[in-house]
Amino acid sequence: MSTSIENLKTFDPFADTGDDDSQPTNYIHIRIQQRNGRKTLTTVQGLPVEYDQKRILRALKKDFACNGTIVKDDELGEVIQLQGDQRVKVMEFLSTQLNILKKNIKIHGF
Amino acid sequence: MASVDENLTPTAEEQLDFDPTMKKKKKKSKAVSFTPDELDDAVPHEETPDPEVDELTDMFAGLKKKKKKSTSSAPLEPADDEPAADAGAEDNIEDFDFGSQKKKKKKKVADVSAFEQQLEEAGVNEEEEVGEDDETFEKPEAEEEGEGEEEEAGWLNSDREYTYEELLHRFFKILRTNNPELAGERGQRYKIPPPSVMREGNKKTIFANLKDISDRMHRPYEHVMQFLFAELGTSGSVDGNSRLVIKGRFQQKQLENVLRRYIMEYVTCKTCKSISTHLAKENRLYFLVCESCGSRRSVSGIKTGFQAHIGKRKKMVG
Repeated sequence: MSTSIENLKTFDPFADTGDDDSQPTNYIHIRIQQRNGRKTLTTVQGLPVEYDQKRILRALKKDFACNGTIVKDDELGEVIQLQGDQRVKVMEFLSTQLNILKKNIKIHGF
Repeated sequence: MASVDENLTPTAEEQLDFDPTMKKKKKKSKAVSFTPDELDDAVPHEETPDPEVDELTDMFAGLKKKKKKSTSSAPLEPADDEPAADAGAEDNIEDFDFGSQKKKKKKKVADVSAFEQQLEEAGVNEEEEVGEDDETFEKPEAEEEGEGEEEEAGWLNSDREYTYEELLHRFFKILRTNNPELAGERGQRYKIPPPSVMREGNKKTIFANLKDISDRMHRPYEHVMQFLFAELGTSGSVDGNSRLVIKGRFQQKQLENVLRRYIMEYVTCKTCKSISTHLAKENRLYFLVCESCGSRRSVSGIKTGFQAHIGKRKKMVG
């Protein structure tokens, strides 16, 4: 009989709902570095490995009309380097084209 | 308004090299060049009960409200759970005052609405504008706010349903006028002196009151320094008078932003927003312990991350 009563169904309020951020979030860091004069360099570090960095770079270069390279770092893996201050644009690109959550992207610099 | 925006964007783009005095001049000259016609145009717009115009102004009002909310009424609002950490951060950042910024805004609203009235009454005359120099360069932004205020009266008279936003805005407005102490910020405001920034030579920036600021935040200046360097992607040193010398060119505004982020991350208590906190280190992890509410949260250490090679290539090996 007890099963017919809706309210008696067991519900564990402390159960894991699965939507917390317990899993380690891999932030994507977008940084800026000053070069000589008023020139700057934008670095994008920590892109998920399942994406092809080369293709992303190609798209970025075309979109922002700037040059860029992929730098292989011993600890941090592959890092995309772009010429000029492309931080906001990169952020837009990543969130719209690659569906990366904005909270996982960190923009550094001034 | 559109013209103002257009005028502002280029300066934003040239942020890197802009120099505060330049900006002010620009603004001023623009404000003075406000022709009487433009002003006349703007005024009747606000008062005509045209349905079409009404709709438009409503949209405008919505826009303005958003702006306003984020600035003045943010602290009182129930904190909504924003998933985007960034948005939350911005909200919080507003709490910190690098002197004078917020106040300016409030003052502006007051004296410019008065100013507009004067204009209306006296029939716009140029002399006034030139005479009140102080106001003129603050004008563009302030005028927006004034408009918002007037529109408010407009929607009150119309018999459509009021939106929540409008009512909320009205509530805060009335609250602010009747008992400002309630509408004001909770507790005391945290004032941190604005960073005093100078240029040394062509490639270095001096941050003179780092010590003062970090004392104010109860943090060792080394920690702040480390954060600054990591964020700005540069290096630097402390000179004899405990001033910080940063490599690269930075404006005060930029450093202010970075400091704000530092405060957000390493100084404020997320629970009670107080800044009377201290950093405790426990087996390699940093914890931020709040002294007013006792909450603890872990903060990540400062990481420099990837540093690109800049300059000559001969040092690269292999």
